[in-house]
Amino acid sequence: MIMKEVLFENAPFMLSLVTGSFLLGTWIHKRTKFALFHPCIISMIIIICFLNYFDIPYESFAAGSNIIHFMLGPAVVALGLVLYDQMAYLKGNILSMLTAVGVGSIIGVVSVILIGKIMGISPEIIHSVEPKSVTTPIAMSISQSNGGIPALTAVTVVICGIIGAMIGPKLLEMLGIKSKIAQGLSIGAAAHGLGTARAMEIGALEGAISGLSIGLMGIMTSIAIPIIHYIGNYFHIL
Amino acid sequence: MIKGIFIILAFLFLGETCSHFMSDFIPGSVLGMMLLFVSLVTKLIKADDVRAAANFLTKNMALFFVPASIGIMSSWNLISQNILPLTLISVMTTVLVIAVVAFIQEQSEKRKSTK
Repeated sequence: MIMKEVLFENAPFMLSLVTGSFLLGTWIHKRTKFALFHPCIISMIIIICFLNYFDIPYESFAAGSNIIHFMLGPAVVALGLVLYDQMAYLKGNILSMLTAVGVGSIIGVVSVILIGKIMGISPEIIHSVEPKSVTTPIAMSISQSNGGIPALTAVTVVICGIIGAMIGPKLLEMLGIKSKIAQGLSIGAAAHGLGTARAMEIGALEGAISGLSIGLMGIMTSIAIPIIHYIGNYFHIL
Repeated sequence: MIKGIFIILAFLFLGETCSHFMSDFIPGSVLGMMLLFVSLVTKLIKADDVRAAANFLTKNMALFFVPASIGIMSSWNLISQNILPLTLISVMTTVLVIAVVAFIQEQSEKRKSTK
Protein backbone atom coordinates (compact mmCIF):
# COMPACT_ATOMS: atom_id res chain seq x y z
CA MET A 1 0.00 0.00 0.00
CA ILE A 2 2.39 2.72 -1.12
CA MET A 3 -0.39 4.23 -3.20
CA LYS A 4 -2.60 5.29 -0.30
CA GLU A 5 -0.48 8.34 0.59
CA VAL A 6 -0.86 9.65 -2.96
CA LEU A 7 -4.52 8.67 -3.22
CA PHE A 8 -5.98 9.61 0.15
CA GLU A 9 -3.63 11.82 2.14
CA ASN A 10 -4.49 15.11 0.43
CA ALA A 11 -6.99 17.93 0.97
CA PRO A 12 -9.33 17.25 -1.99
CA PHE A 13 -9.87 13.66 -0.85
CA MET A 14 -10.28 14.47 2.86
CA LEU A 15 -12.73 17.29 2.07
CA SER A 16 -14.75 14.97 -0.21
CA LEU A 17 -14.73 12.35 2.54
CA VAL A 18 -16.10 14.81 5.12
CA THR A 19 -18.78 16.35 2.87
CA GLY A 20 -19.68 13.01 1.25
CA SER A 21 -20.08 11.12 4.51
CA PHE A 22 -22.08 14.03 5.95
CA LEU A 23 -24.35 14.00 2.89
CA LEU A 24 -24.90 10.27 3.33
CA GLY A 25 -25.56 10.90 7.03
CA THR A 26 -28.18 13.54 6.21
CA TRP A 27 -29.83 11.15 3.75
CA ILE A 28 -29.94 8.27 6.27
CA HIS A 29 -31.17 10.62 9.02
CA LYS A 30 -34.02 11.89 6.79
CA ARG A 31 -35.00 8.38 5.71
CA THR A 32 -34.98 6.75 9.14
CA LYS A 33 -35.95 9.81 11.27
CA PHE A 34 -34.04 8.01 14.04
CA ALA A 35 -32.50 10.55 16.42
CA LEU A 36 -29.34 8.55 17.13
CA PHE A 37 -28.54 8.56 13.37
CA HIS A 38 -27.47 12.19 13.54
CA PRO A 39 -25.56 13.22 10.36
CA CYS A 40 -22.54 14.05 12.57
CA ILE A 41 -22.50 10.58 14.17
CA ILE A 42 -22.86 8.73 10.85
CA SER A 43 -20.20 10.92 9.25
CA MET A 44 -17.89 10.37 12.24
CA ILE A 45 -18.29 6.57 12.10
CA ILE A 46 -17.70 6.40 8.33
CA ILE A 47 -14.57 8.56 8.51
CA ILE A 48 -13.06 6.70 11.49
CA CYS A 49 -13.70 3.30 9.88
CA PHE A 50 -12.12 4.54 6.66
CA LEU A 51 -9.02 6.00 8.34
CA ASN A 52 -8.57 2.86 10.45
CA TYR A 53 -9.03 0.48 7.52
CA PHE A 54 -6.43 2.24 5.38
CA ASP A 55 -4.23 2.97 8.40
CA ILE A 56 -4.21 6.72 7.75
CA PRO A 57 -2.93 8.77 10.74
CA TYR A 58 -5.26 11.33 12.35
CA GLU A 59 -2.72 14.07 11.62
CA SER A 60 -3.10 13.64 7.84
CA PHE A 61 -6.87 13.78 8.20
CA ALA A 62 -6.67 16.94 10.35
CA ALA A 63 -4.33 18.62 7.86
CA GLY A 64 -6.51 17.70 4.87
CA SER A 65 -9.84 18.69 6.42
CA ASN A 66 -8.57 21.88 8.03
CA ILE A 67 -10.59 24.21 5.77
CA ILE A 68 -13.89 22.79 7.06
CA HIS A 69 -12.67 22.95 10.66
CA PHE A 70 -11.68 26.59 10.12
CA MET A 71 -15.29 27.45 9.14
CA LEU A 72 -16.37 27.09 12.80
CA GLY A 73 -14.79 30.48 13.61
CA PRO A 74 -16.59 32.47 10.87
CA ALA A 75 -19.81 30.56 11.69
CA VAL A 76 -19.71 31.83 15.29
CA VAL A 77 -19.12 35.39 14.03
CA ALA A 78 -22.06 35.00 11.60
CA LEU A 79 -24.35 34.33 14.58
CA GLY A 80 -24.07 38.11 15.17
CA LEU A 81 -26.52 38.57 12.27
CA VAL A 82 -28.93 35.92 13.61
CA LEU A 83 -28.91 37.82 16.87
CA TYR A 84 -29.50 41.17 15.14
CA ASP A 85 -32.48 39.76 13.19
CA GLN A 86 -34.23 38.74 16.42
CA MET A 87 -33.37 41.87 18.37
CA ALA A 88 -37.04 42.77 18.91
CA TYR A 89 -37.43 39.68 21.09
CA LEU A 90 -34.36 40.47 23.16
CA LYS A 91 -35.77 43.70 24.56
CA GLY A 92 -37.08 43.23 28.08
CA ASN A 93 -35.65 39.72 28.28
CA ILE A 94 -31.94 40.46 28.47
CA LEU A 95 -31.64 40.32 32.25
CA SER A 96 -33.57 37.07 32.65
CA MET A 97 -31.65 35.47 29.78
CA LEU A 98 -28.29 36.47 31.28
CA THR A 99 -29.38 35.05 34.65
CA ALA A 100 -30.70 31.80 33.17
CA VAL A 101 -27.60 31.12 31.07
CA GLY A 102 -25.25 32.29 33.85
CA VAL A 103 -26.77 29.92 36.40
CA GLY A 104 -26.96 27.13 33.77
CA SER A 105 -23.27 27.60 32.98
CA ILE A 106 -22.18 27.43 36.63
CA ILE A 107 -24.38 24.41 37.38
CA GLY A 108 -23.08 22.70 34.23
CA VAL A 109 -19.42 23.15 35.22
CA VAL A 110 -19.94 22.31 38.91
CA SER A 111 -21.96 19.18 38.09
CA VAL A 112 -19.18 17.94 35.78
CA ILE A 113 -16.62 18.42 38.57
CA LEU A 114 -18.84 16.74 41.19
CA ILE A 115 -19.76 13.69 39.09
CA GLY A 116 -16.16 13.43 37.90
CA LYS A 117 -14.83 13.52 41.48
CA ILE A 118 -17.37 10.95 42.68
CA MET A 119 -16.49 8.59 39.84
CA GLY A 120 -12.80 9.20 40.45
CA ILE A 121 -11.64 10.32 37.01
CA SER A 122 -8.41 12.29 36.60
CA PRO A 123 -8.41 16.12 36.90
CA GLU A 124 -7.05 16.41 33.36
CA ILE A 125 -10.15 14.68 32.00
CA ILE A 126 -12.49 16.68 34.23
CA HIS A 127 -10.93 19.93 32.94
CA SER A 128 -11.40 18.68 29.37
CA VAL A 129 -15.10 18.02 29.91
CA GLU A 130 -15.99 21.18 31.87
CA PRO A 131 -16.70 23.33 28.79
CA LYS A 132 -18.80 20.56 27.15
CA SER A 133 -21.85 22.78 26.57
CA VAL A 134 -19.87 25.47 24.74
CA THR A 135 -19.38 25.58 20.97
CA THR A 136 -16.21 23.76 19.80
CA PRO A 137 -13.83 26.66 18.93
CA ILE A 138 -14.58 28.35 22.27
CA ALA A 139 -14.57 25.11 24.27
CA MET A 140 -11.19 24.07 22.87
CA SER A 141 -9.56 27.35 23.87
CA ILE A 142 -11.19 27.23 27.33
CA SER A 143 -9.93 23.66 27.78
CA GLN A 144 -6.42 24.60 26.67
CA SER A 145 -6.10 27.52 29.07
CA ASN A 146 -7.54 25.52 32.02
CA GLY A 147 -5.43 22.37 31.88
CA GLY A 148 -7.61 20.14 29.70
CA ILE A 149 -6.95 18.16 26.52
CA PRO A 150 -8.47 20.11 23.57
CA ALA A 151 -9.03 17.00 21.38
CA LEU A 152 -10.98 15.25 24.15
CA THR A 153 -12.96 18.47 24.69
CA ALA A 154 -13.90 18.62 21.00
CA VAL A 155 -15.29 15.08 21.12
CA THR A 156 -17.28 15.67 24.32
CA VAL A 157 -18.69 18.91 22.92
CA VAL A 158 -19.97 17.15 19.81
CA ILE A 159 -21.41 14.24 21.82
CA CYS A 160 -23.17 16.61 24.26
CA GLY A 161 -24.44 18.65 21.31
CA ILE A 162 -25.96 15.56 19.76
CA ILE A 163 -27.48 14.44 23.09
CA GLY A 164 -28.94 17.91 23.68
CA ALA A 165 -30.36 18.15 20.14
CA MET A 166 -31.81 14.65 20.46
CA ILE A 167 -33.48 14.86 23.87
CA GLY A 168 -33.89 18.66 24.21
CA PRO A 169 -37.34 19.12 22.59
CA LYS A 170 -38.78 16.01 24.31
CA LEU A 171 -37.36 17.05 27.69
CA LEU A 172 -38.81 20.57 27.41
CA GLU A 173 -42.20 19.09 26.52
CA MET A 174 -42.03 16.81 29.58
CA LEU A 175 -41.08 19.76 31.81
CA GLY A 176 -44.01 21.72 30.41
CA ILE A 177 -41.91 24.63 29.12
CA LYS A 178 -44.16 26.76 26.90
CA SER A 179 -42.02 29.88 26.33
CA LYS A 180 -40.32 29.91 22.91
CA ILE A 181 -37.48 31.97 24.35
CA ALA A 182 -36.92 29.45 27.18
CA GLN A 183 -36.92 26.58 24.64
CA GLY A 184 -34.36 28.19 22.32
CA LEU A 185 -32.22 29.50 25.17
CA SER A 186 -31.92 26.16 26.97
CA ILE A 187 -31.20 24.08 23.85
CA GLY A 188 -28.53 26.55 22.70
CA ALA A 189 -26.99 26.71 26.20
CA ALA A 190 -26.67 22.92 26.50
CA ALA A 191 -26.09 21.89 22.88
CA HIS A 192 -24.53 24.94 21.07
CA GLY A 193 -24.56 24.78 17.24
CA LEU A 194 -26.00 21.28 17.01
CA GLY A 195 -28.83 22.31 19.33
CA THR A 196 -29.35 25.49 17.30
CA ALA A 197 -29.70 23.48 14.09
CA ARG A 198 -32.45 21.50 15.85
CA ALA A 199 -34.03 24.64 17.36
CA MET A 200 -34.22 26.23 13.87
CA GLU A 201 -36.41 23.28 12.82
CA ILE A 202 -38.82 24.15 15.66
CA GLY A 203 -39.01 27.83 14.68
CA ALA A 204 -37.08 30.95 13.59
CA LEU A 205 -37.35 32.60 17.00
CA GLU A 206 -36.25 29.46 18.88
CA GLY A 207 -33.33 29.13 16.45
CA ALA A 208 -32.20 32.73 16.83
CA ILE A 209 -32.44 32.68 20.63
CA SER A 210 -30.53 29.41 20.60
CA GLY A 211 -27.86 31.11 18.48
CA LEU A 212 -27.66 33.92 21.00
CA SER A 213 -27.43 31.36 23.77
CA ILE A 214 -24.30 29.82 22.18
CA GLY A 215 -22.54 33.16 22.52
CA LEU A 216 -23.82 33.84 26.05
CA MET A 217 -22.88 30.34 27.22
CA GLY A 218 -19.42 30.76 25.65
CA ILE A 219 -18.78 34.03 27.44
CA MET A 220 -20.28 32.89 30.76
CA THR A 221 -18.40 29.59 30.81
CA SER A 222 -15.05 31.15 29.85
CA ILE A 223 -15.49 33.48 32.83
CA ALA A 224 -16.99 30.87 35.19
CA ILE A 225 -14.35 28.12 34.85
CA PRO A 226 -11.28 30.13 36.02
CA ILE A 227 -13.34 31.50 38.95
CA ILE A 228 -14.67 28.06 39.95
CA HIS A 229 -11.12 26.67 39.74
CA TYR A 230 -9.86 29.52 41.91
CA ILE A 231 -12.50 28.88 44.58
CA GLY A 232 -11.93 25.11 44.33
CA ASN A 233 -8.18 25.49 44.78
CA TYR A 234 -8.66 27.90 47.68
CA PHE A 235 -10.69 25.30 49.59
CA HIS A 236 -8.47 22.46 48.33
CA ILE A 237 -11.41 20.72 46.66
CA LEU A 238 -9.80 20.49 43.22
CA MET B 1 -21.42 37.46 -1.21
CA ILE B 2 -17.71 38.35 -1.30
CA LYS B 3 -18.45 41.52 0.63
CA GLY B 4 -20.14 39.42 3.31
CA ILE B 5 -17.28 36.92 3.44
CA PHE B 6 -14.83 39.80 3.80
CA ILE B 7 -16.84 41.43 6.61
CA ILE B 8 -17.16 38.16 8.58
CA LEU B 9 -13.47 37.28 8.18
CA ALA B 10 -12.44 40.82 9.10
CA PHE B 11 -14.56 40.65 12.27
CA LEU B 12 -13.07 37.25 13.10
CA PHE B 13 -9.61 38.77 12.72
CA LEU B 14 -10.62 41.78 14.82
CA GLY B 15 -12.05 39.46 17.50
CA GLU B 16 -8.94 37.25 17.54
CA THR B 17 -6.71 40.32 17.88
CA CYS B 18 -8.77 41.75 20.76
CA SER B 19 -8.84 38.30 22.39
CA HIS B 20 -5.05 38.11 22.16
CA PHE B 21 -4.73 41.39 24.06
CA MET B 22 -7.10 40.09 26.74
CA SER B 23 -4.84 37.02 27.06
CA ASP B 24 -7.58 34.84 25.46
CA PHE B 25 -10.04 35.44 28.29
CA ILE B 26 -12.94 35.51 25.83
CA PRO B 27 -12.39 33.56 22.59
CA GLY B 28 -11.87 35.62 19.42
CA SER B 29 -14.85 34.21 17.54
CA VAL B 30 -17.23 35.25 20.35
CA LEU B 31 -15.74 38.76 20.45
CA GLY B 32 -16.11 38.87 16.64
CA MET B 33 -19.77 37.90 16.98
CA MET B 34 -20.36 40.61 19.59
CA LEU B 35 -18.54 43.24 17.50
CA LEU B 36 -20.54 42.27 14.39
CA PHE B 37 -23.78 42.51 16.37
CA VAL B 38 -22.87 45.98 17.69
CA SER B 39 -21.88 47.15 14.19
CA LEU B 40 -25.23 45.97 12.80
CA VAL B 41 -27.19 47.70 15.58
CA THR B 42 -25.26 50.96 15.10
CA LYS B 43 -25.80 50.64 11.28
CA LEU B 44 -22.05 50.69 10.73
CA ILE B 45 -22.67 47.58 8.63
CA LYS B 46 -25.77 46.87 6.55
CA ALA B 47 -27.44 43.56 7.42
CA ASP B 48 -28.05 42.78 3.73
CA ASP B 49 -24.31 42.95 3.03
CA VAL B 50 -23.55 40.00 5.30
CA ARG B 51 -26.83 38.05 4.97
CA ALA B 52 -25.93 35.62 2.17
CA ALA B 53 -22.55 34.67 3.63
CA ALA B 54 -23.86 34.50 7.21
CA ASN B 55 -26.80 32.30 6.22
CA PHE B 56 -24.48 29.88 4.43
CA LEU B 57 -22.32 29.61 7.56
CA THR B 58 -25.06 29.27 10.19
CA LYS B 59 -27.25 26.88 8.16
CA ASN B 60 -24.36 24.43 7.67
CA MET B 61 -22.81 24.63 11.13
CA ALA B 62 -23.31 20.91 11.88
CA LEU B 63 -20.94 19.95 9.03
CA PHE B 64 -18.15 22.13 10.44
CA PHE B 65 -18.12 20.06 13.64
CA VAL B 66 -17.14 16.83 11.86
CA PRO B 67 -13.32 17.32 11.61
CA ALA B 68 -13.06 18.21 15.33
CA SER B 69 -15.07 15.12 16.32
CA ILE B 70 -12.57 12.85 14.57
CA GLY B 71 -10.17 13.97 17.33
CA ILE B 72 -11.81 11.06 19.20
CA MET B 73 -9.19 8.88 17.44
CA SER B 74 -6.20 10.58 19.03
CA SER B 75 -7.69 10.47 22.53
CA TRP B 76 -9.36 7.07 22.17
CA ASN B 77 -7.33 5.44 24.96
CA LEU B 78 -8.40 8.09 27.45
CA ILE B 79 -12.01 7.83 26.35
CA SER B 80 -12.25 4.03 26.37
CA GLN B 81 -10.75 3.89 29.87
CA ASN B 82 -13.35 6.37 31.12
CA ILE B 83 -16.27 5.56 28.88
CA LEU B 84 -18.82 5.04 31.68
CA PRO B 85 -18.15 8.26 33.68
CA LEU B 86 -17.86 10.28 30.45
CA THR B 87 -21.19 9.01 29.14
CA LEU B 88 -22.86 9.56 32.50
CA ILE B 89 -21.48 13.11 32.79
CA SER B 90 -22.48 14.00 29.23
CA VAL B 91 -26.08 12.82 29.60
CA MET B 92 -26.72 14.03 33.17
CA THR B 93 -25.21 17.50 32.86
CA THR B 94 -26.81 18.12 29.46
CA VAL B 95 -30.24 17.32 30.91
CA LEU B 96 -29.45 19.48 33.94
CA VAL B 97 -28.35 22.51 31.90
CA ILE B 98 -31.43 22.36 29.64
CA ALA B 99 -33.78 22.02 32.63
CA VAL B 100 -32.18 24.80 34.70
CA VAL B 101 -31.93 27.36 31.88
CA ALA B 102 -35.46 26.68 30.59
CA PHE B 103 -36.94 26.76 34.09
CA ILE B 104 -35.36 30.09 35.10
CA GLN B 105 -36.32 31.78 31.82
CA GLU B 106 -39.90 30.45 31.91
CA GLN B 107 -40.38 31.51 35.55
CA SER B 108 -39.10 35.07 34.97
CA GLU B 109 -41.39 35.46 31.95
CA LYS B 110 -44.36 34.25 34.00
CA ARG B 111 -43.53 36.61 36.84
CA LYS B 112 -43.33 39.52 34.42
CA SER B 113 -46.69 38.75 32.81
CA THR B 114 -48.51 38.53 36.16
CA LYS B 115 -47.12 41.88 37.32
